Amino acid sequence: MSANWRVSVDPHRCIGAGICAGTAPQHFQLVEGLSTPLAETVPPADPVIDAAESCPVEAITVHDSSDQRLIAPEP
Amino acid sequence: MTDSRQVTARPYPFAAPDRLHLDPHYAQLRRDQPLSRVQMPFGEEAWLATRHEDVRVVLGDARFSRALSVGRDEPRTTPRQQDLGMLAMDPPDHTRLRRLVAKAFTARRVELLRARAQQIADELVDELVKAGPPADLVEQFATPLPIQVICELLGVPFADRHNFHTWSEAIVSTTSLSGDQIQSYLENLWGYIGELVAVRRREPIDDLLGAMVRARDENEDRLTEEELVQLAAGLLAAGHETTVTQIPNFVYVLLEHPAELARLRADPGLVPSAVEELVRYVPLGAASAFPRYATEDIELGGVLVRAGEPVLPSVGSANRDGEVFTDPDRLDLGRDPNPHVGFGHGAHHCIGAQLARMELQVAIHTLVTRLPGLRLAVPEPELTWKSGLLVRGLAALPVTW
Repeated sequence: MSANWRVSVDPHRCIGAGICAGTAPQHFQLVEGLSTPLAETVPPADPVIDAAESCPVEAITVHDSSDQRLIAPEP
Repeated sequence: MTDSRQVTARPYPFAAPDRLHLDPHYAQLRRDQPLSRVQMPFGEEAWLATRHEDVRVVLGDARFSRALSVGRDEPRTTPRQQDLGMLAMDPPDHTRLRRLVAKAFTARRVELLRARAQQIADELVDELVKAGPPADLVEQFATPLPIQVICELLGVPFADRHNFHTWSEAIVSTTSLSGDQIQSYLENLWGYIGELVAVRRREPIDDLLGAMVRARDENEDRLTEEELVQLAAGLLAAGHETTVTQIPNFVYVLLEHPAELARLRADPGLVPSAVEELVRYVPLGAASAFPRYATEDIELGGVLVRAGEPVLPSVGSANRDGEVFTDPDRLDLGRDPNPHVGFGHGAHHCIGAQLARMELQVAIHTLVTRLPGLRLAVPEPELTWKSGLLVRGLAALPVTW
């Protein structure tokens, strides 16, 4: 059983392209034009990784919430 | 609430595109009928969304689907319904393909290409200056710059550009080519990419095409061979047809707005914001395209869009919405904020947006700083515009300096 993930969006990087909210609407929504995770801690789920890997400005980061290891995006 | 049975459809597009002018019908519809019924030359009736807020919902809300267009008589300006690959998919299928290449187009990776793009732009201007005015900016600057950049990124020989530039027109053609020509150009393009893929199978090459081939060969579930070829062909074609067209469009708009151009010349630091404003201001699309199908009944813009009905998002109209943009028909190169949807929105937001931004910034900065006397070499009414394409653009842009 893997640990939960911590999802965050850097509001200074986010350009509001809406790719994450369109790709993973169960995890991201746009608030006043910028992306916000619906929950900061989530059980592991592929769409969260997809969103982080698809962000054109790499504003989304996913960490392992137990050891803070970076899970996505890949460098 | 009004639904599709209670509204009469207008023919759409409202008129043939006139240079870069946005048809006045859009402003009227935004005010009076934000979702209206339209009938395109081909395909079924559709809703047309014209307000910024509604267009963003249609583009960004997962309840609107592109995949449902497959098998439907999609509203369109092309006689034949095209196989649009990634643009006819929804997440997670769409995400599976997009993720394979998205990394190469992040702002960070694109920034690494800026110096090379600048070098190419400088060399092109060196040649213009050496040969002396006049020159055709389409042929001698706007075409080779993005093509060389996408060639080097993908790993496609620049020397083959005349062939694939010709074939790429199939991707943006509505009536400029016959259905048979479109099909044969696409097959030529796919065949050509297929050969480049085969080369990479024999000997690994460290470019985007090579990375795509490795991704497939390491895990064949990730994409089929056909998807690999069509994805690469799509990147090559889309990677230059749009920017090749927008550079001359932007220069044209700047020359038509001398006060704004003078402002940019006085402060080239405005270039990034100028590019955003030009992306907003120039309605690149000749008409709305790629309708999204509602997957459930959705209230939008005061009407009830029923499950299974297509909605065309008008990006050009959204970008002129006075609810979002102050004085929306005015070109303001310092506009801030500028939440335009010129690169789309949502899952299908232009994958090459950061690359296009960088190339457009380099192109405009280079022309403004190195050719300060740049102006049209012919009277404006003599300029020739392309037609029968999804995009608006100049066939040639004769300039002097």
